[in-house]
This record gives sequence, C-alpha cells and structure tokens, in this order.
Amino acid sequence: MWRTVLVFTIAVPQFISLLYVSKLFAADGLINGLLLRWGWIRQPLPFWTNPAWARITIIGINVWVGIPYMMLIATGILMNIPSDLYESARIDGAGAFQTWRKITLPYMLFVTGPYLLTSFTGNINNFNVIFLLSQGRPLSLEMAGNAGSTDLLITWLYKMTVTDSNYKLAAVIGILVFVVCAGVNLLVYNLIPSVKNEEDFQ
Amino acid sequence: MEKRKPPASTAVFRSKSRHERHVNAWVYTLLTGISILWLLPLVLLLLQSFRGESGGQVAYVLPRQWTLKNYAFLFEGARWSIQRLYHTPSALLMTLLSALGAALLSLWFLKKPFSPFAQTPSRLKHLLLLCALWFLLQLVRCLDVSRCDFLQWYRNTLIIAIFCAALQTLMVLSVAYTLSRMRFRGRRLMMNAVLVLGMFPGFLTMIVLYYLLKTLGLTQAGAVPGLILISVASSGMGYYIAKGFFDTIPRALDESARMDGATRLNIFLKIILPMAKPIAIYTVLMGFLAPWGDYVFASYVAFGHKAGYNVAVGLYRWVNTSDYQGYFTRFCAGGVLVALPVTALFMWLQKYYVEGITAGAVKG
Repeated sequence: MWRTVLVFTIAVPQFISLLYVSKLFAADGLINGLLLRWGWIRQPLPFWTNPAWARITIIGINVWVGIPYMMLIATGILMNIPSDLYESARIDGAGAFQTWRKITLPYMLFVTGPYLLTSFTGNINNFNVIFLLSQGRPLSLEMAGNAGSTDLLITWLYKMTVTDSNYKLAAVIGILVFVVCAGVNLLVYNLIPSVKNEEDFQ
Repeated sequence: MEKRKPPASTAVFRSKSRHERHVNAWVYTLLTGISILWLLPLVLLLLQSFRGESGGQVAYVLPRQWTLKNYAFLFEGARWSIQRLYHTPSALLMTLLSALGAALLSLWFLKKPFSPFAQTPSRLKHLLLLCALWFLLQLVRCLDVSRCDFLQWYRNTLIIAIFCAALQTLMVLSVAYTLSRMRFRGRRLMMNAVLVLGMFPGFLTMIVLYYLLKTLGLTQAGAVPGLILISVASSGMGYYIAKGFFDTIPRALDESARMDGATRLNIFLKIILPMAKPIAIYTVLMGFLAPWGDYVFASYVAFGHKAGYNVAVGLYRWVNTSDYQGYFTRFCAGGVLVALPVTALFMWLQKYYVEGITAGAVKG
C-alpha cells in the first residue's frame, strides 16, 4: 500500500503538480499565507524572488518529484539481492551498519549506475522543472541576454529561441550542452563499476 | 469428512520483542510522514478546485464555500448537441455504429457465464471499446468556440496521445525487434549514431522542425497532426528497453519456428509479441502519457493559435497570465480533470510500468 501511494504521485502528470507547487510557494501562496496568519513570520518568505532561496526550492521540489521513481527501482533491486549474502554476513557477526555498507550499498550502486548517469544528464537538460516552477526568474542584471538566476542553459536556449529569436546564440548553446553531456557520459560510463567489474557481480 | 487439524509445527509464532516493536513504530511513522508529504500537494489541488468564494490564492486550506462552478466553467461553451449527431448521413452512420459498439461492450462487461458474448474474440472487443470511446467523444460538441478552450485542448491532447501511443509502439517494437534479431551491415554504426544523436538536447531541432512543419502547413491550425508527426518520427530512437527485452528471448525459438515454416511476420506477431506483453504495454503507456505533459514542443508548434494548444500549454497560460487571480481555482479544476484519466490508466497498468523501468535501469 505504501508503494501504491508513491506510484500515485508518479501517475499524476508532472506538469500539474509542478504548476501547483510553484503557486504554493509564491509570495501570495498557501505556505506564505499560512505562516503569516499564524504569525510565525512578518513578511512573505522570498521563495522565488531571492536567487539562493529559489535555487534551493527548485532542488527540493526536483527531489520531491524524483524520489518515487528512484524508490520503485530501489525496491525492485533490493528484492533481488540474494539473501544468502545476508545470512553469511550475519553468521560472520557483521552489524546492521556494516551489512549495509558492504553488501547493500555496492550492489545498489552497481545496478543503478547507468540510471544515475542518465538521471544526471537528464537533469542538466531538465526543462520542465525549471520553466514551470520559476521560468528561470529571478531575472538578474549580472547575466547576459535575459537570463535569470535559476535558468539552465536549456531554458535560456528556449527563451532566446522563442522571445528573442536569437537563433545563432541558441544553436551555439545547444552544441555546447551536447559536448559537455556527451563528454561526461562517455567518460563516466567507462569508469563506473557497472561496466568495469561486470564479472564480479555475476 | 473428518476435520483436518493443521500440523502443530507449521506456524511458528514469536512475540515481537520490545526492540522490534520500537523499530516498527519508527518505521511506520516515517512511512506515514512520507506518504503525507507526497500526497499533500495533490490533496490540496483537489480541495482548491472546489473553492467558490474567490478565484485566486488564499491563506487557508479548506474552502468555505464548496461549489462545482469551476468545473462548470471548463465545460462552459459546450452543449450536448444532439443535432450534430444526425446532421449528415455519415455522421448518423457513425453515431449508430458507435452506439451499437457501446451497447455490445456494456453487455460484455456483464461477463455472465451464459452471456452470448463471453466467446467473442478479443480483437473484436477492442474494436468495440474504440467505438464506444468514439461515441462518447462525439457527444460533446463545442458550439460557442470562443468559450470552450479547455475542451478543445483536452480533445487535442487526447487525439495526440492516442495516435502517438499506437504509432510509437509500432515503430519502437519494430526497430527493437530488427536490431535484436537481424544482423546487417551498419547495424553497430546505426546504434552508436542513435546513441550519440540522442544526447543532443531536443530543443535544437525545434526551430528547424517549425520551419519544416510550416511548409507542410502543420503548424498553428494544423498543430495536432504536426505534433503527432514530430513524436512518431523520432520515436524509434527509444528502442533500448524493448531491445534489451527481446535480447533475453532465446534465438532458438525463432529458429525452430522458421524450420516449421513460419514467416518473419508470423514469428513476430504470434510468438515474440505475446511473450513481450509487459514491455509492449509499457511502451504504449509511455507513448500515451508523454503528450499530456509536453509543454515545449506544443507551445512552439501551436504558437499563438489557441485552438491548437494542448492541455499543458493551456493550463500554463491560465496559471501565469496577468490575471491569474481569477483562474487559479479553474486551473485546479482543469488539473484534476486531466489527472483523473491519466492516473486511472497508470494505476491500472502500473505493474507493467514498474517492470519497464526496473528493466531499463538494470540494463542501462
């Protein structure tokens, strides 16, 4: 039943929950309204107007969105770890923490290595979360071309394409993003144990 | 008949130690906390959609005035227009056929053992289901075009989702089967090229695709076919999970079928596909769910032309316009209406989804 609750969170289309949560944290939204009403704060908390706060809020909400997926994968993997490993560890006198560190963790990291890598690349290009939550605001004068403090390269690219029609810069940014992502991907993929020590785990 | 007593040693009951009970209490508290944290925004969304007193945001959770007027707003321009059902002979024929399909389908759902339709082949049942859906779609017509935005967007998104699901599955399964079973010159090269091309952010192609679609007339007013074309044409690149699955099916199966004289198509349809049912359903589900959340391409292809938006773009405009104060509760109502069928479908097929992503994560 607990798993169904989290799967339910995945089932609701992401853009709806993101749009709603963006309004939840707004200056006149529910959270600020409640805190003001209870007298805990004097002024609305600057979730979206202060650059540092905005970044932390976006990371938090992104984590909130991503945990159910990871949980599904993790439970699937945990159920497949052979239990005789645990039995022999217990017989040898390992405590709970040691078992976790030496058996569970390496196994999990081995199996989810590729997924973590794809997730990293995916988040570099995660347009939906940034755009729907904060549209890249707060805008900042320190950055060129209408970029905001929470803009990713990808949302900046979108703004340049749609509002400024600055196709030249947009194309350059796209190519740079590709170079970085592809480079990191190829480098890390060949280094993670999933590929190097494939035999050890079979 | 003598009563059988269960053997005394099967059930071993051990009273939980205090330590175990403590741990259990902590674990359950944590689980409840996590569930609340994850479900809270969704519950709040549902509650806000019933609020009657003001359209914007407020500082309290429970509505003071419970009303359905937000939902009524979404359906405002539509009328149950009966005339259009028999307006032309073809419309009348379509209505009769789909009504017949819906009636037969409801009989099928009764599933009594002596029902005459218990033995209907399942393909016919699927056809009847489609007829029933088509009939339901026909019923709601938009008479006042300027007021039924949400229904138009919903309809667009539904059409895109259905076509994408069907065509994408066709493409992905074909590509995966071909790459898994057949060896031809350039196969490795193509797989590597697709891998590298997949690392480009998709937005780079947005501008080029827009101009391409414009020459074909598939933008703005023709946004729906344009979006379907974009999604389907590049869907073959997502073959990894399906191919991994096909790779686990032994070749010997194929070969013995060929020795018995089956054609490739026969092997694919009759042997491989039934075995790959989980992955096939996962692909269909993914293809169906993707258009509901697609903001970028939908907003660009249907630029400025409101009737061509899909639900994501429309709701985003509602929430972020300058007068969003009036539209917030309507956005919540729209969100609930969008989430309901998608969530229901997802929960019905969640087994396949879980299988799909664990397979994808394990095989990379």
